[in-house]
Amino acid sequence: MYRYDEFDSKLVNERVEQFRRQTERRIKGELQEEQFRPLRLMNGLYLQLHAYMLRINVPYGVLSARQMRQLAHVARTYDKGYGHFTTRQNIQYNWIQLKDVPDALADLAEVEMHGIQSSGNCIRNTTSDQYAGVARDEIEDPRVYCEIIRQWSTLHPEFSFLPRKFKIAVTGSPNDRAAVKVHDIGLRMHRNDAGEAGFEVIVGGGQGRTPFIGKTIREWLPPEHLLSYLEAILRVYNFDGRRDNKYKARIKILVHQVGADEFRRRVDEEWEHIKDSALKLPQAEIDRINAYFAPHDYEPLQDHSAALAEQGKANTEFAAWLKANVANHKVQGYAIVNISLKSLRQPPGDMTAAQMDATADLADAYSYGELRVNHRQNLVLPDVRQSDLFELWQKLASIDLATPNIGHVSDIIACPGLDYCALANARSIPIAQEINARFQSMDRVHEIGELTINISGCMNACGHHHVGHIGILGVDKKGQEFYQFTLGGSSDQNASLGDRTGPGFPADQAVDAVETILNTYVKIRNEGERFLDTYRRVGMSPFKEALYGPA
Amino acid sequence: MQMIIANTLVDGFVVFLTDDNGWTNDIGKGALATNDAEAATLLAQAKAAEAANVVLDPYLIPVVIENGNRKPTEYREYIRATGPTVAIPA
Repeated sequence: MYRYDEFDSKLVNERVEQFRRQTERRIKGELQEEQFRPLRLMNGLYLQLHAYMLRINVPYGVLSARQMRQLAHVARTYDKGYGHFTTRQNIQYNWIQLKDVPDALADLAEVEMHGIQSSGNCIRNTTSDQYAGVARDEIEDPRVYCEIIRQWSTLHPEFSFLPRKFKIAVTGSPNDRAAVKVHDIGLRMHRNDAGEAGFEVIVGGGQGRTPFIGKTIREWLPPEHLLSYLEAILRVYNFDGRRDNKYKARIKILVHQVGADEFRRRVDEEWEHIKDSALKLPQAEIDRINAYFAPHDYEPLQDHSAALAEQGKANTEFAAWLKANVANHKVQGYAIVNISLKSLRQPPGDMTAAQMDATADLADAYSYGELRVNHRQNLVLPDVRQSDLFELWQKLASIDLATPNIGHVSDIIACPGLDYCALANARSIPIAQEINARFQSMDRVHEIGELTINISGCMNACGHHHVGHIGILGVDKKGQEFYQFTLGGSSDQNASLGDRTGPGFPADQAVDAVETILNTYVKIRNEGERFLDTYRRVGMSPFKEALYGPA
Repeated sequence: MQMIIANTLVDGFVVFLTDDNGWTNDIGKGALATNDAEAATLLAQAKAAEAANVVLDPYLIPVVIENGNRKPTEYREYIRATGPTVAIPA
């Protein structure tokens, strides 16, 4: 993985010391809150419902075991012993004290981590495919381009005060696991007719109160022009994006208002001026970054699938885990292991310090000391020998990290909701936990099959409800928590926004509604048909009738 | 009835204004305003504490007494006063 050079280290360490002085002045009363607020936000420090919250970037979701141990240390030393992995592949600490933040940031800087640009109207952490570098369907490793974007966008002077926040996602595979169509810019690698790898450039996707699927403004962009083209897009947005109304300030509104063709024209006009400037990426630079992500020294191994199948016959829990949580690796004899952070006992994405430390040890023992965080709030061990899977599964199970539910009903995305968030209108976590409790039979979970349920506690949609196969949005209705449902959302290469079922349900009926939707699906599905496919085939009517009675 | 809720500056935790113009994490020990005049007095004290960089964003919340305990009437403030409604991972 990438290692900081002297410039990266200097920048982060200087920022820690700067923020330390600012925090001291704030505590002494030399800075008032309105002066301090933008300074703390620039370092990822929010004030939430109960306390301060510190958000730390995990660049494109890649973590070393050493970094994971430091995240555990921060959780244990400065917080209440746990952290929360988010849909942005980041981690949040919910109980950090202002006086401790500079020390926590200094500890994180030791392992090349920080909260810079994790808040505010700037380019945020670029997100990517959690299977980057190991996926069988991958054309090129997206981490290389994510890192190039990270370096370009870090403290970019022109883009430090955009109309609104800006999120870029990159996938190097045709199967999109990074939800690139619902980002401000999505980059999807594919090959042109000549067989060369380049990017489809998708702009103006997003969720929140005005969701859009992004629009393609360039079918194929050569990688050498990546930065100049991104810069042209950002420049047009910075110039033309609305600043009078924060709810209309994201790039999606601009793209929607002027149309994709006009937006493309403006970008191309700008691009002409800078296309061959210093922003052009020489192959040598791409190669230099690429070297950081060189494949591990994989051992020549036999395929171990037959032996695994035998172990699975003897142990059905292991078989269920193998089926749901283990994915194919590009190298024979290896596997990608998904670690579910969706057990019954913890909120989605939460992890205790002890689990973090144990997971770091497992990464060292079984996966070249590397981990990934994905946008569905789970973790990945990317490089596990198939022959180690049984042993690894036992160890994960012993720390409650082997729930065999990846991509299934209880693998729920949930924002922190009103249990933690100052913006939320309703709680998300209890609904997720109730659904999880209702679907504890793994036979039933696997019988329902591939399904995403995404829950947000307000219309800002941090829980990605618009693109859940089943989306749940918590709202406040006259002082009561109500939950509205959408069906048919998806964030993959065939992304779609969900359709509202109708009126919402009070909290004590929300999980019954999920069950009604799923019972209806099971009744009407064709052989082998996923929930999403059934919905796309039959539409809303049967679900609406099941939920609300005949029209 | 009303109480003042805020976050402390230094640790950020939720606090309530007390009768002796201090701050407590315990809602049971916070000052109760039983009329608008008392509420205005509490709010003025709280705003002074904000200006003095002791607390952040103080405001009044309506509360009722249930079984001898103070309970914010709005569920947002109830959660804010009592903490997350889900178990903290341990």
